[in-house]
Amino acid sequence: MATTPAAREYSGTHDTHPEHADSDHKPGFFARWFFSTNHKDIGTLYLILAIVAGTVGGILSGLIRWELYEPGLQVFTEGSLLDRLGVFEGKHGYNVVVTAHALIMIFFTVMPAMIGGFGNWFVPLMIGAPDMAFPRMNNVSFWLTAAAFVLLMITPFVDGGQGLGAGTGWTIYPPLSTSGHAGPAMDLVIFSLHLAGAASILGAINFITTIFNMRAPGMTLHRMPLFAWSVLITSFLLLLSLPVLAGAITMLLTDRNFGTAFFNPGAGGDPVMFQHLFWFFGHPEVYIMILPGFGMVSHIVATFSKKPVFGYLAMAYAMVAIGFIGFVVWAHHMYTDGTPINMRAYFVAATMIIAVPTGVKIFSWIATMWGGSIEFKVPMLWAMGFIFLFTIGGVTGVVLANAGMDYTFHDTYYVVAHFHYVLSLGAIYSIFAGFYYWFEKMFGVKYNEILGLIHFWIFFIGVNVIFFPQHFLGMQGMPRRYVDYPDAFAFWNQVSSIGYFIMVAGLAFFFIMLAEAAIRRRKGVPNPWGIGATTLEWTLPSPPPFHQFNDPPVVRAEGH
Amino acid sequence: MSAARSKAAARTAAICGAVVLGMTGAAFAAVPLYRAFCQVTGFDGATRRADKASSTVLDRTVTVGFDANTRGLPWEFTTEQTRQVVKIGATNMAYFKVTNTSDRPATGMATYNVVPASAGPHFRKMQCFCFEAQTIQPGETVEFPVIYFVDPELATDPETRRVDELTLSYTFFPTDPAKPG
Repeated sequence: MATTPAAREYSGTHDTHPEHADSDHKPGFFARWFFSTNHKDIGTLYLILAIVAGTVGGILSGLIRWELYEPGLQVFTEGSLLDRLGVFEGKHGYNVVVTAHALIMIFFTVMPAMIGGFGNWFVPLMIGAPDMAFPRMNNVSFWLTAAAFVLLMITPFVDGGQGLGAGTGWTIYPPLSTSGHAGPAMDLVIFSLHLAGAASILGAINFITTIFNMRAPGMTLHRMPLFAWSVLITSFLLLLSLPVLAGAITMLLTDRNFGTAFFNPGAGGDPVMFQHLFWFFGHPEVYIMILPGFGMVSHIVATFSKKPVFGYLAMAYAMVAIGFIGFVVWAHHMYTDGTPINMRAYFVAATMIIAVPTGVKIFSWIATMWGGSIEFKVPMLWAMGFIFLFTIGGVTGVVLANAGMDYTFHDTYYVVAHFHYVLSLGAIYSIFAGFYYWFEKMFGVKYNEILGLIHFWIFFIGVNVIFFPQHFLGMQGMPRRYVDYPDAFAFWNQVSSIGYFIMVAGLAFFFIMLAEAAIRRRKGVPNPWGIGATTLEWTLPSPPPFHQFNDPPVVRAEGH
Repeated sequence: MSAARSKAAARTAAICGAVVLGMTGAAFAAVPLYRAFCQVTGFDGATRRADKASSTVLDRTVTVGFDANTRGLPWEFTTEQTRQVVKIGATNMAYFKVTNTSDRPATGMATYNVVPASAGPHFRKMQCFCFEAQTIQPGETVEFPVIYFVDPELATDPETRRVDELTLSYTFFPTDPAKPG
């Protein structure tokens, strides 16, 4: 097992000595945070962006749950609070909120937190590199992402053709996104996706180059920590899928503005082709959002079980397999658009095969815990919560993989419940797990364990109360993305909305935890987790010096 | 980074950049490929052309329905028959009629589709008026024939052997969508 022996046999100790203070010279505030080329500072910037964007996206989902608290129109209607404020007006406003919630959570919360935040922070540390391969490009990636977020935030205030903002859903299917949204809001969404995509592609190139060329001596790929593996695979997925999205939305843009007819059937185009292109990107995208979480959870489970992760190589290659198969299952998002039965049969089979490597991972995590001396610290609770909830989402995923079932469940709340279990409760749980796991390492101060526990338990109850009833609503046939519903769906919608308030109470403890840690400033130690934490970042002080590993550590792993 | 390392890094990055360009190209290459794929396989209800009539005629009949629409054109577009009961394999002819009801000439182009989509590849047209710009003078009426047969494969293809009703739908769109007539 690579991650275990590596650190104990780590011999490059220069950076841990305080006399190397010259390597810890930090530039002034403006130069440090605005022109930043330091992977740790850029990681912090990404995490701040993710927290800000996640808060905005969370408030938007609050508007959704508020509207759906009872049948009829309360929020997105004349005379309501939103109407008086002049934002998100009318039923179109609901569509705009749903669209913005999805895009913000995907492109500006989960991806920046996992890849930009933890990836930047810990991939160089874990592989023993002094920084990323292209620090300046890293800076460009971050600011492109920030600019993309600003563009997206402008759209709700710009004419979309139907009213203010773009209400197409994150899938931006034509013709709704072409002839259905005449105003500039849709163009801004497309530009925003272009920028975010370009930023992610640059980031992916940076990670691949860093991991392939800057590993410490002795850090072979097969000794590399699983989180670095997960970011490497994620980077390949980004590299192969995002250009296809860029191509598809460029076609949308020219269809909208320059009279081309890629997706216009009136002139020989085909709107279904957009769906193929979009989901060729969209399906790998969901693995992009979860694979780094897999990596983090592996480390956390191993650390708090005080055992090396079970089946290291199988874990690494399971992620490779998930990434690979992820590219050949895209049409399971579009069973209902006239796909011939033989193609449906193929996509059903291919989709279900993904359950195999995913099962390898789940069982390996359980096997890691098996017989371990488990400490139920906050990061471990989040990691175990991740495993439990991701498995529930995975099971409903296998249900939806069946074209026959999907004909009924397509675009119902069952799908909404499914992907929130794997993303909102999966990806976000792994982000919180990683955040608590590395909190002391990143910021050099300890968090309050009790506040972390309260955050976890209230959040755990809240999100389950939100999303579990949505399975029932979906099975009863409630369609997603609708502003209203018949009285028959009232009960479980009300329960779901109450869950939202519980979740907000949980999140409040997250911010209280942050404030408490910032005020009390209990000094962190290099390795708060003991013998279970074996990767290279725990050999450095907390926070790590501004520049580390100028003399690369030598990694030996005879025990492997 | 040492010089050798930074050279290796530049090489890795260049390969990644090439992959990105390649995938972008592939996204655009998907446009003609997808069209070719649809025409060859009849995917999504695309129909296929035929050069000669079917050599076999089955004893089974199917009902072919006809549907005509316009979008953004001041035309009256109708079918001269709502349905035909035809023998599978037999060559048939159907007529569509367009009248320009406005006072200026307009140019439109027709697209077509077959429902159910799985029957698309078995609907073979020997002559049709699709994908050619048609200019019609004010008040003029033009008749368009479609010569077609239902391929006997319809009766053996597991996806379509239970199909006994097809619909051929045409829609005329203005050739310049920016200026609907």
